[in-house]
Amino acid sequence: MAEAQQAVLEVRSLKVEFPGRRGVATALSDVSLSISPGEILGVVGESGAGKSMTGLAIQGLLERPGHIAEGEIWLADRRIDNLGDSEMEKIRGREIGAIFQDPLTSLNPLFTVGAQLTETIRQHLGMSKAEARARAISLLKDVGIPSPEERVNQYPHQFSGGMRQRVVIALALAASPKLIIADEPTTALDVSIQAQITSLLRKLCKEKGTAVMLVTHDMGVIAETADRVAVLYAGRLIEIGPVEQLLRAPQHPYTRGLMASIPALGARVERLNQIDGSMPRLDAIPPGCAFNPRCKEAGPRCIREQPGLMPDGTGASACWLNAGGTA
Amino acid sequence: MTAMTAQKTSALAVSRLVKTFDVSAPWLNRVVERKPRQFLQAVSDISFDVPMGGCLSLVGESGCGKSTVARLVTGLYKPNGGEMRFAPGHDGKPLSAQMIFQDPYASLNPRWRVKNIIAEPIRELKLRKTRAEIDDRVTELLKTVGLSASDGDKFPHEFSGGQRQRISIARALAGEPEFLVCDEPTSALDVSVQAQVLNLMRRLQDQFGLTFLFISHDMSVVRHMSDRIAVMYLGRIVEEGETEALFARPRHPYTQLLLQTIPNIEKPHRDRVVAAGEVPSPLKPPSGCPFHPRCPIATARCSAELPEVRTFSSGTRVACHLAEDP
Repeated sequence: MAEAQQAVLEVRSLKVEFPGRRGVATALSDVSLSISPGEILGVVGESGAGKSMTGLAIQGLLERPGHIAEGEIWLADRRIDNLGDSEMEKIRGREIGAIFQDPLTSLNPLFTVGAQLTETIRQHLGMSKAEARARAISLLKDVGIPSPEERVNQYPHQFSGGMRQRVVIALALAASPKLIIADEPTTALDVSIQAQITSLLRKLCKEKGTAVMLVTHDMGVIAETADRVAVLYAGRLIEIGPVEQLLRAPQHPYTRGLMASIPALGARVERLNQIDGSMPRLDAIPPGCAFNPRCKEAGPRCIREQPGLMPDGTGASACWLNAGGTA
Repeated sequence: MTAMTAQKTSALAVSRLVKTFDVSAPWLNRVVERKPRQFLQAVSDISFDVPMGGCLSLVGESGCGKSTVARLVTGLYKPNGGEMRFAPGHDGKPLSAQMIFQDPYASLNPRWRVKNIIAEPIRELKLRKTRAEIDDRVTELLKTVGLSASDGDKFPHEFSGGQRQRISIARALAGEPEFLVCDEPTSALDVSVQAQVLNLMRRLQDQFGLTFLFISHDMSVVRHMSDRIAVMYLGRIVEEGETEALFARPRHPYTQLLLQTIPNIEKPHRDRVVAAGEVPSPLKPPSGCPFHPRCPIATARCSAELPEVRTFSSGTRVACHLAEDP
């Protein structure tokens, strides 16, 4: 990794809490990560592990009563976790672009694609109408929409699912943000369209030097798109590292179990490896390591003490087994 | 079960199945706007056999008609043409079919206790007489799918996605079926949970000698589960054959495209060939071979003439003018 460059995004020991009737649910605890310019960081985990929550916290979109209890979020050299709503509104769209799962609900059906693009462009870049329209057309061209001069005047329902997701990407890129948060951008799409969208996202991010946080539960998408991967479990970061290392030699027992449970395309096996049990509820996380009740290798230390992220070569994992010695 | 000895016979034989939906505008709009009636052919001329005690998978992208086939097989839709024949089961009557649906959140009634959800098919089909017998059967089914007897008193919202899908499976098994239609049973689940559910389904198949018609868009799941695979495109089967043969040597260009687009977790950052184009609207299917506008090797003949289904020496059936046998 090129650490010489300043990170676009730096999250330091982030903790997000949701107070509720049955006590406080800790949605995220002690999550630290950073993304460099032009880098794609994949964030994976089961549903409820805190992947989307991380994206929402960064954008200042946590729903009340959820709030950031501890930690800091830095966008380049500016701290953004303590900003007010109006200041965050200027940052969203201008400096942080967003791509959501469902391209149908993230576009307004009553406005043409061009109107939605020019609105965003004029709002953030202060261009004239004609300039904004020219930029809208060039953005549509960048995301691979054929005959953009005509398509710019069409409504979202006139686009297919894959084309709509391209429009959403164009919208996220409209103000040339430093960071794009893509939350399950391909989940609603068919496999052949999924391949088109992930390769487009990768190409644009490398060309424009945009940092991308790619939130997904699909390891296949991660393998094809991400440079580095962060694995979340019960709101905690349990492993982070370069994609090749994480896929070939995962360090944390949960990541190993996750990789082994994916049906392989190579040899056919009689039985898939499975991780028994399920992820704990966020208001009832067991003491020690959150994964200990499901871990086959858990020792007494895993039940007593919570492991922190321990660096190991190019990656890091939160497991006592990797701390040298026994658990 | 005796079903395993009769591997060669087919549990379900489907021939030339057709399903057309009327998607016309309301009659007043048709009169005022002079629009003709419009029909959507969701399934056109489909034939396949599901081997007894085996698993046939239907794969394809959304809108290709795979879920329509599932609903035709279970009798939720009536076909417009063709026929389906279930083989006789162990009691001499045609095999009974049950279905597992995709979304475990939408397919369970939130106001019913789990034990009542599972008991409903037993009561409806009069499989047990007394209340005590029904309760025993429900407990047995819950244990079969890896839940505990006390879970029967809970409501669906108290369970996670994977556990709900187990309840769906228990409900499907309650009707004592010999044939299970599974429509994307793991698409709504996380990978680690998906592995649990797939393992359970394989175990039940061995235990009860079940036959599966499995529907999925995930090629790696399909490869894990099935003996045979049928690839669908715009309401037609373009290729059908044994799983290993199909993966080793896909004959139809669409099957080749599907296999290429599968992300490979063993090879990160692979430069894969990205297929251009999208599935055309089934309301206006292309002339000739439905795949020709996206096909890299299409010729003039492909846009004019619908390819016949040909059976190759390996047993694979392919609908393509250009596929060669050897």
